[in-house]
Amino acid sequence: MVVPMTSSAIAASGLRKAYKDKVVLDGIDLDVAAGTIFSLLGPNGAGKTTTVNVLTTLMKADGGTVRVAGHDVATETKAVRAAIGVTGQFAAVDDLLTGRENLQLMAALKGLGSGESKRVVDDLLGRFDLTESAQKMAATYSGGMRRKLDLAMTLVGKPRIIFLDEPTTGLDPRSRRTMWDIIRQLVAEGVTIFLTTQYLEEADRLADRIAVLDQGKLVAQGTPAELKRQIPGSHVRLRFAGDVELDSAARVLTDATRDDEEDLILRVPSDGGAKSVRTVLAQLDAHSIEVEEFSVHTPDLDDVFLALTGRTSTKVSAS
Amino acid sequence: MSNATTMLGRNFKHTLRNPVAVFNAVLFPIVLMLMFVYVFGGAFDIDGKYIDYATPGMIVLTICYGLSATALAVNSDMTRGIINRFKVMDISRSAVLSAHVAATMLRSLIAIAALVGVAFALGFRPAASALDWLATIGFIVLVSFATAWITVALGLAAKTPESAGLVSVPLVMLPFLSSAIVPAETMGPGVRQFAEYQPFTPIIETVRGLLTGDPSTGSALSAVIWCAGIALVGYVWALSTFKKRA
Repeated sequence: MVVPMTSSAIAASGLRKAYKDKVVLDGIDLDVAAGTIFSLLGPNGAGKTTTVNVLTTLMKADGGTVRVAGHDVATETKAVRAAIGVTGQFAAVDDLLTGRENLQLMAALKGLGSGESKRVVDDLLGRFDLTESAQKMAATYSGGMRRKLDLAMTLVGKPRIIFLDEPTTGLDPRSRRTMWDIIRQLVAEGVTIFLTTQYLEEADRLADRIAVLDQGKLVAQGTPAELKRQIPGSHVRLRFAGDVELDSAARVLTDATRDDEEDLILRVPSDGGAKSVRTVLAQLDAHSIEVEEFSVHTPDLDDVFLALTGRTSTKVSAS
Repeated sequence: MSNATTMLGRNFKHTLRNPVAVFNAVLFPIVLMLMFVYVFGGAFDIDGKYIDYATPGMIVLTICYGLSATALAVNSDMTRGIINRFKVMDISRSAVLSAHVAATMLRSLIAIAALVGVAFALGFRPAASALDWLATIGFIVLVSFATAWITVALGLAAKTPESAGLVSVPLVMLPFLSSAIVPAETMGPGVRQFAEYQPFTPIIETVRGLLTGDPSTGSALSAVIWCAGIALVGYVWALSTFKKRA
């Protein structure tokens, strides 16, 4: 199936879902162009997994329409299932089967012949660097290997649209990087990726478009660049030994703001580059003001949430 | 259908790789039979040889012992997330469940074959004709089918693998409170009435009747009705629970 680049791989409008009286999705509109990476960004409990479950036919929405690969999720469930691959938040591998047997199981369920099955399985084992452990039971795999096997299983049968629900949560930095490479490679082959994540950095690096989900509503949508324009930029945090130093520093650094939550802290807007940092420190030096502690702060999910909702994401997940 | 066969292969591999399941399903009934025949059997007052009386009961017990592995396997499929992978694939929903039922039946039949082999070695001499044997096998398949479906439903309904391990206990206990090991008439009041009216008594009496070459139509009819009822309830309950659990 060839999907023209301009068509929508996933289109949802007015999506609603509630568990008893708790509203989880409150009117979600999404449009994901074929062959792109779309990232749904949000803290724990924002409704990311529920969105994935509805889009992948695992759950029925209470309201709204969803078309995936051109098919209605509610009425053409089989056609949707045939077009998609899903890798959930927790590795869905069979612990009592070996890596190879897990992939063979998928090949058999997808109806591949034995010759094609062997070729596809060997290829995926090689691609995910699992050939050496192919004969070991998945129960013995490390977390990173399980995720890789999980994604490899999703790729059997070449789905055109792949849903990845927090694919890198809990992975070490190296495995995370491997996962990012694999995702980029898939998109280069024309696959559409729907990715949920808690990490702004991940969405920023991978996604063509990002939507920010908060308490069941999309609070922002756009390219990473568009989104970051709405977020306060990076800044330098300065901690002083006492109020005297803080006050004199505040007089010198006119664009600095005091931190709401902590005393003795000044935040100075800065791009985080060596030059601007040097300027700030030189100004303080010129007035002989001692700085106790110094750090450069780049925007994270907390800043996005603070800017878009007026709350921090940690407060959201705690409520 | 081919999906179900693929899943059956998967479930059977699971059994072979789970030593506890193999022990419970195949070896434990044999150990139990040796105990009853050599340790307790002498104390029971039975007409004829005790091994001839006990073997039909042990056959039904063997079916029940294999069920705990089924409840656990079904439940761990549901709780470990792999079920969501199967659900979003374009495969029949009942294939996953019927494969568990088929694997359970296959395991039971292998275990029963081993048990009957040992029984013969211990002096079991049934009077059954070839036709009686065929009927016995058919009936055992039916009992296994019915109990497997109800166990799949119980395994699906259990919240955790730990509680799934418990749900099959009543099914293991019921044969003991029937005429499997000793005749119901020898039991105390209360237990005796229970033994007379619970499904496993007609089930075991049917197997016993067939193997002694003296089938009882009344028991057989009641056993078949019980099995059909249990299978139907299990099937409907299992499918509706499966649909509900995302």
